[in-house]
Amino acid sequence: MTTDDRTMESALAGLGAAAPASLAPNVLADVGLADRYARFDSPIGPLVVAWNGLGVSAVEAADDDATFEANHLARTGRPAHPVERVPDRLAAAIARRLEGDRRVRIDLDLRGHTDFERDVWRKALEIPRGEVRPYGWIAAEIGRPKAVRAVGTALGHNPVPLIVPCHRVVRSDGTIGQYSLGGPENKRTILEAEGLDLPEMERLAASGVRFIGSDTTKIFCLPTCRHARRVTDRHRLEFHSMADGRARGYRACLVCRPASAAVAA
Amino acid sequence: MLERRDGCRPGTVDRTRENPVATVSPGPGFWGSMDTDAPLIAALADDLDASFEGLVLAHQDRVYSIALRMLGDPRDAEEAAQDALVRAYHALAGYDATRIRELRLRPWLATIVLNLCRSRLARRPAAARTTLSLDLALPGGLEPRLDERRGPAAVTDTRAAATEWADLLLTLPPAYRSAVVLRHVDGLSYPELAIALDRPEGTVKAQVHRGLALLRTAFEAAQRHEREEMTA
Repeated sequence: MTTDDRTMESALAGLGAAAPASLAPNVLADVGLADRYARFDSPIGPLVVAWNGLGVSAVEAADDDATFEANHLARTGRPAHPVERVPDRLAAAIARRLEGDRRVRIDLDLRGHTDFERDVWRKALEIPRGEVRPYGWIAAEIGRPKAVRAVGTALGHNPVPLIVPCHRVVRSDGTIGQYSLGGPENKRTILEAEGLDLPEMERLAASGVRFIGSDTTKIFCLPTCRHARRVTDRHRLEFHSMADGRARGYRACLVCRPASAAVAA
Repeated sequence: MLERRDGCRPGTVDRTRENPVATVSPGPGFWGSMDTDAPLIAALADDLDASFEGLVLAHQDRVYSIALRMLGDPRDAEEAAQDALVRAYHALAGYDATRIRELRLRPWLATIVLNLCRSRLARRPAAARTTLSLDLALPGGLEPRLDERRGPAAVTDTRAAATEWADLLLTLPPAYRSAVVLRHVDGLSYPELAIALDRPEGTVKAQVHRGLALLRTAFEAAQRHEREEMTA
């Protein structure tokens, strides 16, 4: 083999290589122009989670790949490519969030949704595990007390159920309300798995009890507020309205802010 | 100049089977020359999100090849190439349409990937950073794409020779290696090279020539070494 310039240059020109097949999909997913998805198990069965470099973009009941991909493309305008499993860090973060650890950070890709919807979902994120709030509470808290129906619609459009816990929002009459992730039965299952006493919640609602007061603190709460649940039977009072509580010298809890529920009720 | 002499044309290789996304071929002979990039640049200026995939498909092979020939390791090269294209997207997202239209896409992308390769090289332990031993067995994956029409024997020969040249390139000091890779592997013109390396044209020409001279010396040394082994 001679080493004249031509030989050498032609050898070098032949050193171009094809990029690995994974490169383009990885780049597009990193910048948020395409999504990845994988299946994972939850208390309500197998789900699909989709994500990209910006965050989690979808959580939904597992369907076959083709159906999921078509729906995802229609909803987000982005193709979704299946991967073997959810990356460890994301899987661990989701698991911790489902266990009630709200400090774990999960980035969300909520592009294409309205400010109102995002406000609703952000507020839903504040509801602790094992507690519920009425739709009207969300509406009042985000400064749109009359938009109770719109709150329900926005929660129904929540693209990342379980991560944004829209299942913790119920009707003000204490009934459980709708659930986008497979229907109300799933909502019951999740709330019970989170430690909520559903029969007790429904019993109070049916008898018109809206708030629980403590005669030691003179504070009243929403029935599922962690402070209400701590009150022992001996010190526990049941109120049917805010006025009822206030008339007896009780003030509203600063944590669950029952006034927000009452405004819209 | 724009025609490759060895029949090894990256743009014409059918990659559709291994990569369902890569259905767009940048065309024969060359990776997206300036002219073929014009519609892409116009599209990027108009709607980045709608056209960025086109940039990735048109330039991923050359961005990856630069990284591979600078770094040697295919995994490292893929990471650097991915990082480079992601950075390109974020940079473009921050540019206004006028700035994108003025962009020299080929040297611009080369600069991005080269900078990432340099910092990867700098992070490597000192021993790995200096020249590789010439008879070092190299990991798989360094083989370039081949023209299968030339038959298995030719393929094997070409592959062996290409692997050897790739190994020799890695023995060059990074400054010369990058000049040679951009000029002769990536095929940038000297004006493009001057932009990519941010040096006067005269300087980059000298770097390329010096790099080739070093490469020739290394090649001849390797040949001598081989002959000595055979006669020993």
